[in-house]
Amino acid sequence: MTDTLFTLLASLLVAMALVSIFTARHLIRRLLALNILASAVFLLLVLTARSAGGIDPVPHALVLTGIVVAVSTTAVVLALYLRRYGREPPC
Amino acid sequence: MLAIDVLLALAALATAGQCLLLPGLFRAVANLMAFGLVMALIWVRLDAPDVALAEAAIGAGITGALLLTAVGQLPASQRRLHPEHYRVPRWFITMAIIVVLVGGLLWVAMLELLNTGLANAGLAKEVAAALPESGAEHAVTAILLNIRGVDTLLEIAVMLGAVAVIWSLQPAIPPPALGGNYPGLTTLARWLHPLFLLTFCYFLWQGTHAPGGAFPAGAVLGAGGVLLLLTGSIGWMYRYGYNYLLRWLLAAGLLLFLVTALAGLLMTGSLYGLPPTFAGYFIIAIEVAAALSIALMLMTFYLFGRPGR
Amino acid sequence: MSDLLGTALILLGLPFFIASTVGLLRFPDVYARLHALTKADNVGLGLICLGLAVQADSLAVGLKIVLIWGLILLASSTGATLISTSALRHGHPPQQRNDVDKHAGH
Repeated sequence: MTDTLFTLLASLLVAMALVSIFTARHLIRRLLALNILASAVFLLLVLTARSAGGIDPVPHALVLTGIVVAVSTTAVVLALYLRRYGREPPC
Repeated sequence: MLAIDVLLALAALATAGQCLLLPGLFRAVANLMAFGLVMALIWVRLDAPDVALAEAAIGAGITGALLLTAVGQLPASQRRLHPEHYRVPRWFITMAIIVVLVGGLLWVAMLELLNTGLANAGLAKEVAAALPESGAEHAVTAILLNIRGVDTLLEIAVMLGAVAVIWSLQPAIPPPALGGNYPGLTTLARWLHPLFLLTFCYFLWQGTHAPGGAFPAGAVLGAGGVLLLLTGSIGWMYRYGYNYLLRWLLAAGLLLFLVTALAGLLMTGSLYGLPPTFAGYFIIAIEVAAALSIALMLMTFYLFGRPGR
Repeated sequence: MSDLLGTALILLGLPFFIASTVGLLRFPDVYARLHALTKADNVGLGLICLGLAVQADSLAVGLKIVLIWGLILLASSTGATLISTSALRHGHPPQQRNDVDKHAGH
C-alpha cells in the first residue's frame, strides 16, 4: 500500500515537473522544476529497491550519488544565470 | 501508518505545486526547501536513512542557500516571476490534463514493473555475499567506497568539473558579510560549528557499520561551512594567496581516490580490487578524503565564481 | 507507566502547535506571527520531545531527543531575531493598534 501510494506521488511529481520544465517562463523556475524532477526520479529508484526479499542497497547508493550531482547541476546553472542576468538589466 | 503516508504524500504534492505554480521567486524557493524536508521524511519512511541524511543537508539546506543567494544577487526586475498582475493561465486545464495523463501512465507502468519485472531482480543477495570482504559492515558504504568505487570516483570528478565550469565563468561574488547587520547569525555559526564538526566525525565513524558515511558527513560539514561563509568568517577562501592551496585541496579527494584505485590495480590486478585484508583501512582513508572534498566543493559552489582576484 | 506519561506529554504539547499555526495564519504582521511561532518551538516541541524521550529505549536515545530540542531552540530563536531585524531594516514597521487590520473580517 505504501509503495503504491508513493509510486503515485512520484509519477505525479514527474509529470508536474516535466510540464513546468517545458512551459515555465522564468529560467529559475525551470531549475526548480528540474530539482523536483530529480527528487521524483530518486523516489522511483528507491521504490524499485523495495521489491521483494529485503531492501536492495544499490539504488540507495545510486541516489546518494545522484543527490550530490543534482546540487552540482544547480550550482552550475545558477552561476551561468548570474553571469547573464546578475548585474545588467535583462533584455 | 497509512495516515502518515497520505499526509507526507499530500505535503510533498502541495509544496511542489506551490513551488511550480505560485508567483514570486522567493516563495518558490522557500517551497522547494520545504519540499526537500518533506522528501527527507519520505526517505525515512521508505527505509533509506542514508538518503534521508543527505537530502536533509543538501536538498533542504545547501540547495536553498545557493538559490536564495543567487536570487539576492539578481536585479529587482529579474526577481519577479510574472509581470504585473498574475492570473492563472488560460491553458491551466490543458496542463492539468497532461499532468494527470502522464502521471497516470507512469504510475501504471511502474506498478507493473514493481509487481512483475523486479520481483526476483535486485542485487541484495550479491551485495550481502560480497559484504564480508569489502571492509565495511554497512552495505551502502561498502557499495559506494569499494564495490562500486568507480561510481564515486566519477561523481567526485563531476563535482570537480562543476567547480571548474563555475570558476571559468566569473570572479567570485564577495561574501555577503551579514555579521555586521545581524550579530546573532555570527554567534549562532560560532556556537554551532563545533557541533557540525562533531556530527561530521560521528557520521564518518558510524558509516562503516550503520547509516551515515562520507556523503552525509560531507553534506553536513559543507552546510556548516556555508553558514560560516554567510557570516564572512572564512576569509582565506577569497584571497589570492590561498588560491593554489584551495585548488590542491579541491583536487586532493580525487587524487587520493585515483591512488587507491591504482594501488588496488597493483595489488590485486583489477581497478578498485582492494585486498580484503587491508580493505578496512583503505575504506577509512577514502571515506575521509571523499567527505572532506565533498564538503569543500559544496562550499566552493557557494562562491559562484573564481576567488582570488 | 512511561508510555502513559509520554502520551500525556505529547497530547499536552499538541495544543501549542495548533495555537501557533492559527496565530501564523491569522496574525496581522511579521512580528506577531513570529511571536506565535516561537510558542510552538519552545513549549509545544519541548513537551513532545520530553514525551518521546520518556518513551525512549535507552538513555542515549532520550538525551539525543532532548539535544534536538535544544538545537531547535537555539536555531529558531536566532532565526526569529534575524527575520525581525531584517523586516525592520527593510522598512516594515510593527503594526500599531489603530492601523487597519487587513485580515479581520468585515
